[in-house]
Amino acid sequence: MNAPAIAPLDPALARAAADFPILARPVRKRRLVYLDNAATTQKPAAVIEAEATFYRESNANIHRGVHWLSQRATELYDAARERVQHFMHAARPEEIVFTRGTTEAINLVAQAWVRPRLGPGDEILVTCMEHHSNIVPWQLVCEQTGATLKVVPVDERGQLELEALDALLGPRTRLFAFTHVSNALGTVNPVAELVRRAHAVGALALVDGAQAVAHQAVDVQALGCDFYAFSGHKLYGPTGIGALYGRFELLDAMGPWQGGGDMIRTVRFEGSTWADVPQRFEAGTPNIAGAVGLAAAIDYIESVGLEAIAVHEHALLAHATEALGAVSGVRLIGTAAHKAGILSFLVEGIHPHDLGTILDVEGVAIRAGHHCAMPLMNRFGIPGTARASFALYNDEADIAALVAAVRKAQQLFRGEGR
Amino acid sequence: MSTHDDGLRELYQEVIFDHNRSPRNFHKLDGANHVAEGHNPLCGDQLTVYVRTEDGKVADVSFVGHGCAISTASASLMTEAVKGRPVEEVEALFRDFHALLTGKPADERDFGKLEVLTGVREFPSRVKCATLAWHTLHNALSDESRPASTE
Repeated sequence: MNAPAIAPLDPALARAAADFPILARPVRKRRLVYLDNAATTQKPAAVIEAEATFYRESNANIHRGVHWLSQRATELYDAARERVQHFMHAARPEEIVFTRGTTEAINLVAQAWVRPRLGPGDEILVTCMEHHSNIVPWQLVCEQTGATLKVVPVDERGQLELEALDALLGPRTRLFAFTHVSNALGTVNPVAELVRRAHAVGALALVDGAQAVAHQAVDVQALGCDFYAFSGHKLYGPTGIGALYGRFELLDAMGPWQGGGDMIRTVRFEGSTWADVPQRFEAGTPNIAGAVGLAAAIDYIESVGLEAIAVHEHALLAHATEALGAVSGVRLIGTAAHKAGILSFLVEGIHPHDLGTILDVEGVAIRAGHHCAMPLMNRFGIPGTARASFALYNDEADIAALVAAVRKAQQLFRGEGR
Repeated sequence: MSTHDDGLRELYQEVIFDHNRSPRNFHKLDGANHVAEGHNPLCGDQLTVYVRTEDGKVADVSFVGHGCAISTASASLMTEAVKGRPVEEVEALFRDFHALLTGKPADERDFGKLEVLTGVREFPSRVKCATLAWHTLHNALSDESRPASTE
């Protein structure tokens, strides 16, 4: 059966695919249908050019040179921080720490905030739907401090069991770390509500925003969270750059976690003193070109408009859910009431890994496996899923290609067409 | 199907589907004197290989676990290929088979049914699926206590 047509694309989005040079290259002699955007997004020419232009015209180290180029590079790096600050609606640029990505941002909080403050009897709360990067850093710091890790369960549809939350949040909870959007299922969590509940028991709230920032506007002050982590590469920006938002009073009270250049005020063998935030958390030469590229990515995404992107991706998700759901033998995993553009599914009798290979031959790039969310896969009693995830440049034809490739895999496994 | 699908047809031959649907020697082996677990962290494939050796030979071999069609079929084909063979010969076969799949075949050798797995050469990410059972068998025979891993 044919899936219903989706609403006409926003004109800005209809042209968007042309902004991404890689989408014009064939893969395995087929048109590339890139549906692995939750793993990483492709980069628009504006981002690629911004990084290249930085190296061609402005490259130098920052915060140390008296020469013209160093000042120029420093200005660009500082401007990138302000660009991120406005994008996240943070109160001041010092609240933005550049990191390698979400993973490093979470590790930073684990080591610089949690480690010196928690001890036996203290608790960190996470959820069953977290990516390993929002589980393992807490396990490590629990081992280091004697604190305990607790887990909010997830229901059959892939939503947090909020009624269990009150029993898990208590006076011993020091931090509640949860994802804004599940990378494996697409579930969108009620962030402001979860933050409110954490604060009600005196705990801090950290949000893993890796899957959220490219798909909806994020206002950290409106959400009320204490920390918010995200990666540039899932936001049409370069790999190796991301950011941690932290409330200024919290960051300012935290000691450093990595030592090196640029994070100190004075160094003496008798003892050193630390730079102000955010430099205190940015030891060593940072990813300057990456920060410049990230700023360009934010410019790009805002030129298209997050509102339009969200509307478009929701239409794609609804369309894909209906079209794929109509294929017999397909089981959708994660059917939360509130979802972002991620579709996890299983095809009866075909392991996700085999499905991934067959789709790949059709030019359709998806992710197959546990999505770095093994506890969540265990919750559903499955080793993994196939996952299609959408970005602003995907369209109806991409979904048609996905559905056709799934049907082809079924034919192949049924022994037809051979 | 068009020529475009040749790689896919090469990878998913009928023998693979057959062994995936009805894997041979797919059970726990009573009286096994070597056991090892294998795990592919990339895709979550997990299997256990049981071996009973007698007089330097693989007298019996079996496996249990779950994985993709390639990994299940490869494990099944492996049990058929090694049963009754001297341990040394099995180890040599593993080395040659691995070389075959990674495009560095050693001497001319008749791999028999195992040849159906050469389709993975076109799909480097799937080589690990086809070799997991063999790594695990190798660990079982060397009484390696750590789980075999393709990583």
